This record gives sequence, structure tokens and C-alpha cells, in this order.
Amino acid sequence: MTLAIFLTLAVVSVLLALLMVFAKNPVHSVLYLILAFFTIAAHYILLNAQFLAVVHIIVYAGAIMVLFLFVLMLLNLNQDTEPQKSASWKFAAAIAAGSLMVTTVGALKGAVQLQQVNNPNPSVGLVKNLGTVLFHDFVVPFEIAGILFLAAMVGAVLVGKRDLKL
Amino acid sequence: MSIALLFTFAVVFEKMALISVLFLVTLGVAAYSTYGERKIAAFMQDRIGPDRAGPWGILQPIADGVKMFTKEDFMPRDAERWLYILAPGAFIFVACMTSAVIPWGTRLTAFGGSIDLQVTDINIGILYIMGFVSLGVYGIMIGGWASNNKYSLYGAIRASSQMISYELAMGLALISVVMISGSLSLRDIAEQQTGFGWNILYQPLGFIIFFTCALAECNRAPFDLAECETELIGGYHTEYSSMKLGFFLFAEYINMFISCAVVSTLYFGGYNFPGLDPNWLGGFMGPIVLFAKVFFFIFVFMWIRWTLPRFRYDQLMHLGWKSLIPLSILNMVLTGGGILLFGSH
Repeated sequence: MTLAIFLTLAVVSVLLALLMVFAKNPVHSVLYLILAFFTIAAHYILLNAQFLAVVHIIVYAGAIMVLFLFVLMLLNLNQDTEPQKSASWKFAAAIAAGSLMVTTVGALKGAVQLQQVNNPNPSVGLVKNLGTVLFHDFVVPFEIAGILFLAAMVGAVLVGKRDLKL
Repeated sequence: MSIALLFTFAVVFEKMALISVLFLVTLGVAAYSTYGERKIAAFMQDRIGPDRAGPWGILQPIADGVKMFTKEDFMPRDAERWLYILAPGAFIFVACMTSAVIPWGTRLTAFGGSIDLQVTDINIGILYIMGFVSLGVYGIMIGGWASNNKYSLYGAIRASSQMISYELAMGLALISVVMISGSLSLRDIAEQQTGFGWNILYQPLGFIIFFTCALAECNRAPFDLAECETELIGGYHTEYSSMKLGFFLFAEYINMFISCAVVSTLYFGGYNFPGLDPNWLGGFMGPIVLFAKVFFFIFVFMWIRWTLPRFRYDQLMHLGWKSLIPLSILNMVLTGGGILLFGSH
């Protein structure tokens, strides 16, 4: 049962990701990507990580993609304004993407021999257990990540401010 | 058929029945909110309001619904066809989904059986609500963009930037509630507020912030910049007509209903009222108390709409970013200090 759900979800995720890449209109690409995020959230739920799933939705689908959509709607990109690339650029892009694919395939080749990881504690993704783990076992990395985020926020405000009065 | 399978079917049937009832109640409340809105507006402005359809005009929402359905469904020539059709559906779908985690009462017991009055008690109920609140932007944005009209696009951008800005303060206000209750499940939060131990007593500032943000999230006056008719014709639904427009308007009333239910649950005890056990009347006392609170807050929403003038856009952004967010952070610090001194629930 779980395997059937997983396979369906996996096929749908990959399909949506492909649609995202191949869509002509950038706004359609963003919408496909949002749907792909939903299928990924469903994968998290299958792994019993409800907290991660809902945070994934709030952060990616609810915040980041809204900003993407914002910018794309204001730019109003369509086929008339799409820059036409010359043949040499297309050739170079094809070679670059092809070598990236070869590298990825090469890196993943050994993955077949990997053992399936049996999750020792299936309830670790529930919010209570996750909180305990974060605030007891990994409190220092967690706080450092917090400081990094704070620094990034201050940096974003500084970049966004046009006239700085120092 | 095994017993386990039968049991699963029973649970599924119970949940389906609850979801159907909840859906109908939501639609009914939303429909009659339009009537209430017009009657309250009339009362505030010393008019009579709708009184033609049925006694006191109580059939007005039905007449409006029939009108919406039978109007010509016009689509602009240059609209993005599929997205234009999808947007109102997405908006109303997201609005309806939020009701799934609200505990409407304890348990109903009738005819020897009992049924849980909450569709699902997931342990991240508050985050679920935040998630769907943040998804509410998409219906508006897609609709405004797909209409291919500059006023629609302006309205959509105003609405979505407003919703994103006020989500932050809303989330920060919610963190304080989570801090004192120690749980993300709405069922736990409602259960802790028995008698008069309502969260409003511990979170007065948080309630004010949350309520203001709820007004802004619902695009209600004084924050209805998205459909500011003097500047933008009709806002993001300028190009919509017939039932597609109806979906947009209807979803806003559903959002208002759900926000009132969330406010009542988080800050005003949910289905609890001192002296009234939610298990009375076969469990019907809980929903009655909760709905009384919800209707009171819907009235407050309308009262505010017909009392306050609309904000200017820069005032709106200043209020959101420079007043509400610092205040909600202050509220978090105060709550933390209070818990340190007096302990939590």
C-alpha cells in the first residue's frame, strides 16, 4: 500500500518537475514547481515527518514561491520578450548540461549497493521528538544556524536600503 | 470482510459525514454572513437594508446565489484560459480546507454512538492553519494575473504583499500562544481553557495583534486595499463575472468565518464557557458555545468594517512591519518572562 502511494507520488513529482522545466511560460513553471513541492511534502508525510512536511509547505510553497511569482508577474515575460539565443550559446549550454548529467550519473552509480536504511524510530519526525532532539542533542548547531539566519536578515535589510545613514 | 477493515470503513464514514456537515455549515454561515453584513451596514447607517425577499429579507442570500449562477459568464479574450478558471476554485478550496483541524466540540453522543467533533487532530494543527493561510495568496495572484488586466494585477499584488506582511506578525503572535499552552494541537489548546482560563487573560496583546492580522488576511476593511474601488475598479476580481466572481466573494466570507473560529479557539476558550459543560445536550453544548463566540466575532469584523475608514497603502505597510512585528516580538519576550516566573499551563 505504502509502496503504491510512494511510486505514484514519485512519478507525479518527476512529471511535475519535468513540466516545470519544459513549460514555455515562466509563470506556469512556477506553478508546476509549487505542485511539485506539494508532492514532496506528501513524501515527508509518508515518512511520518509531519512537522517537516508542513514547514516545507509554509516556507517553500507559502513564502518563497510567492515571491518568485511576484517577480515574474511584474516582469511579464512572454514569447515576444524572450531573448533569442544564438546557436553557439545553445551548443555550449547543451555540452554544459550534458557533462553535469554525466557527473550526476557517475556519482549515483554506486547508490545501488547502498543498504536500505531502516528508520530506527519512526516517530522521530513528530514535532515533540524533533523538538527534543533539536534542543537537547543538537542545540549548538541549531543556535549557530539561528545566528546565521539573523545575519542574513540584517544583510538583506542593508542591501535593500537605498540611502544608508551611518 | 475482516473486523479491522469494517472498523476502517466506519471511521472513514464518520469523518466523511462530519466533513459534509462542516462543509454545508461553512457555506450556510458564509451565505448568511452576506445578509448579516448588509443588515448590519444598514443598521450602522440608519437604513433598513434588504427586506424584499421573504420576511425581513432572510431569503436574500438565496436570491443572490440564483442571480450569481444565472449571470453571463464572461471571459476576457486575452485571459490565460485555464489559470483564469482555476483561480476561484483554488481560492475557495484553500478557504474550506482550514476548518479540518478546528475542534468544534468534544464528542457528540446520540443514538448509542458517539462522534468526535474534529475532523482530524494532527499534532501540528496551528502550523496546518498557517500553511493554508499562506496558500490563500495563490488564488488571488493567479486570478489577478490570468485576467490580463492591469487593475487586476495591481489588486493581486497589493493583496498578496499585504497577506505576506501580516502573516509574519500573525505567526509571531501564535508562537506566544504555543509557548503558554505547550502544544501545537488545537484540541489541546481548547481543552486547557476550561471554565474561565481563557488565553486572552494571558495574551491580551497577542490577541490584539492576531485579530488585526486576521482582518488583514481576510482583506477586510480597514485593510481592503486589494479591492479599493476608487483606485482599482474592483481589485483582483475586476474581470470576473457570474459564479467565478461569486466564488471569490464567497471565499472571503468563508475566510472570515474560519478566522473567527480560530480566534475563538485560540484566545476565547473554544467550546468552553464557565458554567456550561461542553458535554451537555449530548455534546451539542460545545458547538453552540463556539458558534455563539464565532458569530460575535463575525459581528465585530462587520462592525469594524462599517466604522473605520480604509488605510492608505504606506500606512498599512508601516503598521504591519514597524508596529505589529516589533509588538509581537515584545509579546514573545513578555510571555517567556511570565512563563519563567509563574510557569505555563
